[in-house]
Amino acid sequence: MDAKTYFIEFSYLLASILFIYGLKGLSHPQTARRGMNSAAAGMLVAIIGTLLHHEIIDYTWIIVGLLVGGLIGAAMSIWMPMTAMPQRTALSHAFGALAASLVGISEYYRHVVDLGETLPSAKMAALGFEVLFGSLTVTGSLLAFVKLQELMRGTPITYKGQNIINVSLFIAAAVIFIYLIYDPSQTTLFYVMVVLSFLFGILLVLPIGSADMPVVMSLMNSYAGLASAATGFAIGNNVLIIAGTLDGFSGFILSILMCKAMNRSVTNVLFGAFGSAGTDTSSTVEGTMREVQVDDVAVQLAYARQVVFVPGYGLATAQAQHAVRELAEALQHRGVLVKYAIHPVAGRMPGHMNVLLAEANVPYSQLYELEQINPEMPATDVAVVVGANDVVNPDARDNPKSPIAGMPIIEVDRSTNVVVLKRGKGKGFSGLENPLFFKPNTGMLYGDAKASLTKLAQAVQQA
Amino acid sequence: MYISSVLSSLTVLALAGGSGMSAGALISSLYVFALAAFLGYQVISRVPPLLHTPLMSATNAISAISVVGSIVTAGAGYNAVSTTLGFIAVVSAMINVVGGFLITDRMLKMFKDKIGGGDARDKKE
Repeated sequence: MDAKTYFIEFSYLLASILFIYGLKGLSHPQTARRGMNSAAAGMLVAIIGTLLHHEIIDYTWIIVGLLVGGLIGAAMSIWMPMTAMPQRTALSHAFGALAASLVGISEYYRHVVDLGETLPSAKMAALGFEVLFGSLTVTGSLLAFVKLQELMRGTPITYKGQNIINVSLFIAAAVIFIYLIYDPSQTTLFYVMVVLSFLFGILLVLPIGSADMPVVMSLMNSYAGLASAATGFAIGNNVLIIAGTLDGFSGFILSILMCKAMNRSVTNVLFGAFGSAGTDTSSTVEGTMREVQVDDVAVQLAYARQVVFVPGYGLATAQAQHAVRELAEALQHRGVLVKYAIHPVAGRMPGHMNVLLAEANVPYSQLYELEQINPEMPATDVAVVVGANDVVNPDARDNPKSPIAGMPIIEVDRSTNVVVLKRGKGKGFSGLENPLFFKPNTGMLYGDAKASLTKLAQAVQQA
Repeated sequence: MYISSVLSSLTVLALAGGSGMSAGALISSLYVFALAAFLGYQVISRVPPLLHTPLMSATNAISAISVVGSIVTAGAGYNAVSTTLGFIAVVSAMINVVGGFLITDRMLKMFKDKIGGGDARDKKE
């Protein structure tokens, strides 16, 4: 090895250490920024090191690529509203996976098509894995983006024999993959595999409803990382293996957490087409929904000892995070103890609600996790549900036949009073009936969440 | 997840049965993979749910390290196809590098313990 190669390898080693150090910083909000700065420094070191690579003969496209990508990335992150975080993340999974699969396709093309070499099976296996998972993540994430951006309906799209088609498609791609390991020279088969994985990505996400997006996002996160790690195997680069594996495992851990928070398996999320019509076995609900007015709720809130806000995806769509904080501040001003209860799958991606509330300057010491807040619910005077539905559905706890049976919920029905902010009388996203809305201690406050919260804040100040 | 675990084991089997790539290099790659997986599990399971969105965008930015593979592909002048694919790969990876780290920082900046030393009652725990 010459001095240059030593320098490059050393820059990769340094980058790997800084990445791990950076992720370790994320274990606490106070150390997180410093950690991420060092991870970014690690990335810079690795890129500088790579630019010295002896195989590089022309820098034109590299520099143009770095500039164009950098500018697009910067523009997206500066002007993107926080409410669009799930969409951006879905897009970034697509970009990451695209980079990995393109490097894989290019490597295959160079060795097999251009130079007519026979690839060693180990390298072909890594390349195939990279391209297979990379491509399905590209289209899968793009479709997730389209659904999250509401360019198409977020409801699951199902048809007869869907699972059979999906599974056989994937098996076909996998069989080609295995065959290619033993005979990498079959270029046509390689391209067929690429097309099949692109197609599989779309078909995989098509039947998944928006409410299950946290799981899909985590899975795609994991796949994009695994594709990067496979790139590392294919081109013999350790920093790629390390960074890809970290990403892969992070996504893997998040998917497990999300599934646990819904009491479902990954298979069930992917192939269960949850939220499609005809699955409703919720308990028949008796009673009527009681509509309440702003002034009554304001008095209730103003004279409460403890108020718990339960945000859901509706908070994001109504952009009501600032309004909820204003109401909370008006209440705190009167001496009311305010807490926020965050369900792990509230919103469209892991941690979605936390970011939105942080954006509205809600201190994180007021945010409580499911296990922390539930014991406090009986001591809560008013629970205010803002745009959440399934995560507060008592059917999950009481009705074993419910499609969401066993899903841990925030037990707002145990508090003295419940106020549900809801746009209209229709069912929630999953189409399930929510018995909470029919309980005698529940009041329904209809209308746009943001407008209602602002009116409540004004009324509380005057109360 | 089933799919990925089955395929990973297939890949490992294929790698083990493979020839050509030097056995030493393959073994050391697998060592790196196994240790990174273990370390990743330890580090990431300590991240609180509060920071799960920043975690996702951070790991996404970090795994955009595939930019280093793309850079070589784009600049080595192997052939026109490889250069084109490499260029597109550099652009997409770089979107994630810059975008990922910036947006993560933008998010992390927002997480505050309390507002300007305000309500002491919030500090119950």
